[in-house]
Amino acid sequence: MNTASTTNAIPAEWRDFFALTKPRVMSLVVFTGLCGLLAAPGHIHPVIGFTAVLCIALGAGGAGALNQWWEADLDAGMKRTARRPLPQGRMRRTDARDFGVALSVGSVCIMGLAVHWLAAAILAASILYYAVIYTIWLKPRTPQNIVIGGAAGAFPPLIGWVAVTGEITLMPVLLFAIIFVWTPPHFWALALFVQSDYAKVGIPMMPVVAGEGATRRQMLAYSVVLLLISLVPWWVGGAGVIYGLTALILSGLFLALTVPVSLRRNEPDDSMLPEKRLFGYSVFYLFALFAALVADRLILGQG
Amino acid sequence: MALTPEEEERLKRVRKSRNIALGLVLLALVALFYAITIVRVGAQ
Repeated sequence: MNTASTTNAIPAEWRDFFALTKPRVMSLVVFTGLCGLLAAPGHIHPVIGFTAVLCIALGAGGAGALNQWWEADLDAGMKRTARRPLPQGRMRRTDARDFGVALSVGSVCIMGLAVHWLAAAILAASILYYAVIYTIWLKPRTPQNIVIGGAAGAFPPLIGWVAVTGEITLMPVLLFAIIFVWTPPHFWALALFVQSDYAKVGIPMMPVVAGEGATRRQMLAYSVVLLLISLVPWWVGGAGVIYGLTALILSGLFLALTVPVSLRRNEPDDSMLPEKRLFGYSVFYLFALFAALVADRLILGQG
Repeated sequence: MALTPEEEERLKRVRKSRNIALGLVLLALVALFYAITIVRVGAQ
C-alpha cells in the first residue's frame, strides 16, 4: 500500500480514475439508458443516440467520482469499498473531486449541445440529486437512504427516452418508477448480508436501524408494488404483449424469490443464500425486463 | 522531495500511461465532435 508521501509525488494511474466512475454500476446505467432510447417512439440518428448514451454514462461516472470523493473516509472502513483508490491513498482527494466535476459538467454540456437541452437538464438534475441530495445530505441521515438513492439510478432510461422524444410523457416516467421501486429490495438484499460493515461506519442502513424483520417485510411490499407497476406499461398500451408477459413472469419470479427472504430470520453462521440469490436475480431482472421492452418495441412497433 | 530510483521509474511509467490514456480520450472526443457536427449540419 502507498503512503501519503508517495501519493503526492507519484500521480494516480488512469485505472484509478476509471475505478472512480464505478464501472460496474455504469454497465447497468448504460444498458437502461440505451433501452429507454431504443424503446422510445420516434427516430434518433445513431451518432446522436450514441452521444446521448455516452453522456448518460459520463454523467453517472462523474456522480460516482463525486460520491467516492465525499465518502472516502467511510469507504476506508468497509471491506467492500476499502480497496477503492481514495481509501488506499493512491489518489489525491481533490483530484477525484475535480475529475467528478469535469465529467459531470462535460457530459451535461455535450448532451445539451449535441442531443437535447431537456435531456441535458434531467441529466444535470440526476447528477446533483445523486452527488448532493443523496450522498452528502440524506444517505448519512435516514434509513430510507436507499429508497431516495434509488431515484438517482432510475433516471437513465428517462433521459434516454427524452433524448429521442424531447418531452416527458407517461412511459418514461413509468420506466423511472420501475427502477425506483426495484432498488430497495435489490439493495436491501445486499445490505442484509453486508450489514455489519455499514453499521461500523455509521451509515443508517435499514437493516441496522429498523431491524432485519422490518427490512424484510418492506422488501416484500416493494416486490408486490414492482409486480404491479412493471405491468402498467402494458395496461396503458405503452408496450405490447411481449413486454407484458415477460414482465409478468420476471416480476412474479422476483416476488417468489422475495417471499422466502421476507419470511426468514438471520441465524448464527447464516449462509444468507436466499438473500444472495435474490440479489443476483434482481440484477438479471432489470436487464431482462428492459431487454423485453426493447424487443417488444422492435418487433411489435407499438407506442 | 527526492525520489528513489524505483520511485522515479514508477513515476515515469505511470505518467506515460496516463498521457497515452488522455491522448486517446482527446482523439475520441475529436472524432465524436466531428461526427456530431456532420450529422447536425447535414440534418439542417
